[in-house]
Amino acid sequence: MLSLVAARGLTKRFDAHVAVDRVDLEVGAGEVLGFLGPNGAGKSTTMKMIAGFLTPTEGQAAICGHDVIDEPLQARRNLGYLPEGAPLYGDMTAGAFLDFVAAMRDLSGRRGRTAVGLAVERTDLAEVLAQPIDTLSKGFKRRVGLAQALLHDPPVLILDEPTDGLDPNQKHEMRALIREIRPSKAIVISTHILEEVDAVCTRAAVIAGGRLLADATPADLASWSPLHNAVSLTLGAQFADAAAASLAALDRVEAVHREQAGPDIVRLVALSRDGRPILTDVGLLVQAHGWEAGDLRTETGALDDVFRRMTQPGEEGRRDG
Amino acid sequence: MANVVHVFRREFAGYFITPVAYVFIVLFLALAAALTFYVGHFFERGRADLQSFFQWHPWIYLFFLPAISMRLWAEERKTGTIELFLTLPVSTAAAVAGKFLAAWAFAGVALALTFPIWLTVNYLGAPDNGVITASYIGSFLLAGAYLAIGSCLSALTRNQVIAFVLTVTVCFLFNVLGAGLLEPVLGDAVPADLLETLASFSLLGHFNNIVKGVIDLRDIVYYALAIGVWLAAAAITVDLKKAG
Repeated sequence: MLSLVAARGLTKRFDAHVAVDRVDLEVGAGEVLGFLGPNGAGKSTTMKMIAGFLTPTEGQAAICGHDVIDEPLQARRNLGYLPEGAPLYGDMTAGAFLDFVAAMRDLSGRRGRTAVGLAVERTDLAEVLAQPIDTLSKGFKRRVGLAQALLHDPPVLILDEPTDGLDPNQKHEMRALIREIRPSKAIVISTHILEEVDAVCTRAAVIAGGRLLADATPADLASWSPLHNAVSLTLGAQFADAAAASLAALDRVEAVHREQAGPDIVRLVALSRDGRPILTDVGLLVQAHGWEAGDLRTETGALDDVFRRMTQPGEEGRRDG
Repeated sequence: MANVVHVFRREFAGYFITPVAYVFIVLFLALAAALTFYVGHFFERGRADLQSFFQWHPWIYLFFLPAISMRLWAEERKTGTIELFLTLPVSTAAAVAGKFLAAWAFAGVALALTFPIWLTVNYLGAPDNGVITASYIGSFLLAGAYLAIGSCLSALTRNQVIAFVLTVTVCFLFNVLGAGLLEPVLGDAVPADLLETLASFSLLGHFNNIVKGVIDLRDIVYYALAIGVWLAAAAITVDLKKAG
C-alpha cells in the first residue's frame, strides 16, 4: 500500500527536553490512524512536524511523497490540517475566512464557491457563515476549523483533537463524517477519548514520553489487556469460595479476581492464561457444579485499560504491534 | 505570487473590521495637525511650504507605526493562527510580503488623508508642489522602513507590547544616528569616519534629503534596501521560529 503520510525517525528536542523521540509512522489511503497519548506525550508536536509547521530536530516527514521541509508547498497542497485548539481568525466571519482559505488554496471563482459550499454542507455551517468567528460557540468553531481542512478535498487530513469541545451529537456527526470521507484519504486524528478510536479508527498508535509504544489495530490493542478473553460471572455469595477455587484449578485460567457485586452476590473474573477463549471451560464447570450463575460472559479487554498500563510510568514497558 | 495578493487583502481588510483603524487614523491626523499648527507655527512662519508638517513625520511615525506593525506576527503567534496560516500553501516570503504591504498600504491611507493641508497651503499661497510631492514620497518610504523593522521585531515575540517597545527603540536609534545626537555622547571616542558612516544609515538623514525636494537615487536605494533587508530578516526569523 502506498503511504500518503510517512514519518521516519521523527525527533524533536527543545533544548535538553526530548518532546518526540524517533517516531516512525506510515498511513495509507483508507486508513484512519488514531493517535493516542496522555497530555504532553508528544502527540501535537508530532502532528505539527508532519504538517510542516515545526522543523524536526532529526528525521523526515513526507506527505504524498513530498518532504515537508524540502518541498513544503507541494506537501501542504495535499494536506488538510486542523491545529490543536482549532485556532481561527476570530474577527473574520466564518464565510470570509473560508473564502480566504479557498483563495490561498488556488480555488477561485466557481471552483472556490463549489469547494466552500461543499465544505459548509459537510460541516453544517450554513447558518453561521455571516457571523464573526469570535461570536461562535466552541462546537461551531471546531467545525469551521474542520471545514477549512476539508475545503480542497486533500488526500491527507491531520486533525488534532477534532471532537474536543463538541457535544455528543456533534461528536457523532464528526465521526460519521470521518467515516464517510475515509475510503480515499489517509487520516490522522489525535484524541484522548478512547471510544473514538473504536468508533472511527482502523489503527491506533500510542505515544507517551515522546516515544511510540504501539501501532496496531484497536482490536489488537485491546487484546493486550489482561482482561482479554477473561470470563466474568456472578454468583450467590455462598458458592463464591468453592467456585473461585475450582476456577483457579482450571489449566487455562491464570488467576481469579473476586469483587462484591451486590448484597450476597459476588462477581468472579477468571483471567485467561494465554489470551485464548475460556468461556467453554468455565461454562462446563458451572454446569457440572450446578451453580446459579447470573451474567456469564467473555470480556474483550478495554482499550483504556491497555492505554493506562502502557502510558503510566512503572507499568509494562514497550511493546510493538 | 498570487498568494501575496490574498494575504494582503485579508490583512488590509482586517484593519477596517474593528473601529481601531478609524480611531488610529483620526488620532494620527489630529496629532499631525496639532504639531504642524501649534508647535510648527505653520501660519506664523508665513511661508507657502509644508516644512512644518513633514518635519514631524519621523517622530509621529515613531509611535504610530510600531502600533500597526506590532500585531503583524505577534498576534498570530499568540492566538495560534500562525500554525494555520503557515501550513497553507504559502511561502514564508509571500506571507511576510503580504502582511508588510497591507500594513504599508494602511499607513499610506493615513498619510493620504492629510491631503487637506496640501489644499490649504495651495489656497493660501503658491507652494512648490514638486517639493511637496517629493516629501509625500519620502514620508511614505520612511513609513515603509519603520514597518519593515516592525515586521521583523514582531516576528520575534508573541507579546505585542514587547514588539511595540522593541520597534520604537530600534526606530529611534536609526533616527538619532543622523540627528547629531550621537556626537556629543560619543565625542572623540569614535573616529569621525565611523560617525559619518553610521549617520549614512540614518532613516532621518535620508528623509531630510528628500523633504528638501531632491529625490536622489541614493536615498531611494537606501529605503529600498532598508525595507528589503528588514523583511528578509523577518522571513528568516519566522523560519527560525519553526525550528523552535
